[in-house]
Amino acid sequence: MAIWNQRYETMAREELQQVQLERLQATVNRAYENVAFYKRLFDQLGIVPEDIKSLEDLAKLPFTTRQDLLDGYPYDMFAVPLRDVVRIQSTSGTATAPTVCGYTANDLHSWSELAARTLVSCGIDKDDVVQVYFGYGLFGAGFGFQYGAERIGASIIPVSVASPERQIAVMRDFKITAIIGTPSYALSVAELLESAGVNPRALSLRVGLFGGEPWSDNVRSQVEAKLGITAMDYYGLNELVSPGVSCECEAKQGLHIAEDHFIAEVIDPKTAKLVDAGCEGELVLTTLSKEALPLIRYRTCDLTSIDTSPCVCGRTLARMARVHSRTDDMVIVQGISLFPSQIQAILTEIEGTEPHYRMVINRVGASDSLEIQVEVSDRIFVDTVGKLEQFEKKISARIQSALGISPRVRLVEPKTLEQVTGRRRSVVIDNREL
Amino acid sequence: MAMLRVKSLTTYYGGIQALRGVSLHVDEGEIVALVGANGAGKTTILNTICGLVPPSDGEVVFDGKTVTGLPAERLVRLGLSQVPEGRQIFGPMTVLDNLLLGAYHRSRSERKSNLYSDLEFIYSVFPILQERSKQRAGTLSGGEQQMLAIGRALMSRPRMLLLDEPSVGLAPMVAKEIFKVIAKVRDFGTTVLLVEQNARAGLAIADRAYVLETGKIILEDMASDLMSNKEVQRAYLGKGYTHVWE
Repeated sequence: MAIWNQRYETMAREELQQVQLERLQATVNRAYENVAFYKRLFDQLGIVPEDIKSLEDLAKLPFTTRQDLLDGYPYDMFAVPLRDVVRIQSTSGTATAPTVCGYTANDLHSWSELAARTLVSCGIDKDDVVQVYFGYGLFGAGFGFQYGAERIGASIIPVSVASPERQIAVMRDFKITAIIGTPSYALSVAELLESAGVNPRALSLRVGLFGGEPWSDNVRSQVEAKLGITAMDYYGLNELVSPGVSCECEAKQGLHIAEDHFIAEVIDPKTAKLVDAGCEGELVLTTLSKEALPLIRYRTCDLTSIDTSPCVCGRTLARMARVHSRTDDMVIVQGISLFPSQIQAILTEIEGTEPHYRMVINRVGASDSLEIQVEVSDRIFVDTVGKLEQFEKKISARIQSALGISPRVRLVEPKTLEQVTGRRRSVVIDNREL
Repeated sequence: MAMLRVKSLTTYYGGIQALRGVSLHVDEGEIVALVGANGAGKTTILNTICGLVPPSDGEVVFDGKTVTGLPAERLVRLGLSQVPEGRQIFGPMTVLDNLLLGAYHRSRSERKSNLYSDLEFIYSVFPILQERSKQRAGTLSGGEQQMLAIGRALMSRPRMLLLDEPSVGLAPMVAKEIFKVIAKVRDFGTTVLLVEQNARAGLAIADRAYVLETGKIILEDMASDLMSNKEVQRAYLGKGYTHVWE
């Protein structure tokens, strides 16, 4: 299959390392000069940018965490004045703890380049007609794929969020060959096709790119079988670029990391030490080309391993294993990232005390549902069924407006949730088979 | 393939640190520009690569060989020639003698006919030098002297040319002529690393560029992308200074 950027995607490792060193030094110089957070951090540790003489010296630098981005909300981590920023994207939760990402004109340029690589690597070319299920909002994946598709000259149809019926009509009438969205949404589209008696193989569909939530090889085979397509995985982060960090190739043996734009390390999440080559741990990414938001050793909380052995596709870029789990308690439901702490903050705000609660995630057919069980306490004790329901609706509406997901809220008897406390992640019961 | 690879170069002039860990590379056939303000360290980079100033740390690899700190004449033999700022041609000598001087390291070992065929080539790139070949170099105009300096460096048959401020002191029209010549030199197969204070002209001719600030590289990108970088525009292209809110 084709390679979008022969020069960088098939570069000899030695040359790539030279490019990485140059860009790392430039990034560190800019971050130190222009971001107060990094200046302070480096000064505290007695590090100056010129201490980075080789790629190995990266290990001397401190980590950046999601919390650091939250503390810098919204603009403190930017390395350029706001007038140079031409785009701002953010995570879905706009009311509680969003992370913000800014882009200069050049950043958008790099993003389209990286998205183009992702599309081409997954087998999409200028002759494809691409339908994007992702929303075009603060969460940026829709935009990224749009830029990438336009760069390679494919036709893109930004259907974005619409009813599955509408999606199917577009798919059929526009002779869509490639679809992009979450794997669970693809499955629900498949189900609808089935119930409508439409044979997906009678459509023009060929390939799908899926992400935005973890999905197993099992889900992959389901999507492929039901839609009659090749299903490909890509990886990105809203804080960096998504899509664009890494993507599968035809070999489907891991995701090639755009190492000329990002340096990837894998650490033990507990000790923060680098793991041995090839071992699993937390992915840490350093940006090499970002102007607006350079991030040094950003802890992604995603668990993976890195393989630097040659790939049959000809790319020399290292590959990361598909991400199935995280080091923190974030869960992704209906494509939206949620932290229990966000739910807790909302419940606390409504109840006025620390709530006892539990998040239960189920998958019925292809769609995810979130149920939030909240223990009734003295403070929120109500005696009529009507008032209880009202209260449940109030919580649900508050979560919907803050986090963009509409959960089912169920009030439960006091003390019923206690037996699960004490275990890590016990507030989240994920019944999905991912 | 990278023809020149510089890793974390650190250089002191007396007690003053002029370069703070500079890394860069130039691929075969590329024109790469170094842009930055006066005193940012652009010329020091060239002088350190050329062996005129010893680095205190770092590595220079030319054509796969480590050449850190090698004297300039050894580098010329390896195919790396510098055209220094201010031309430094020999005024009392003729244009022809200046050119032949550029091939001094070849004149003992090679047949004269080789040198003269190279001379033909130089004259085809710079017809004016042929016209003036018998004239004393000191009588040439600034632009012609610059062409002579480039021509003289080409006489060593370099694989790579380091050019230090080739447009300095020249009228805009003449400078434009020089940049055309540089593009031609590359088209004939010589790789170019160019230091240029006229950032706009440097970026216009280069494929890729590095932006240097107080002895450190702060940006590396395709030259066309750097041209649209706001920071670069403000600092080096004189654009946008009227926008004041920050």
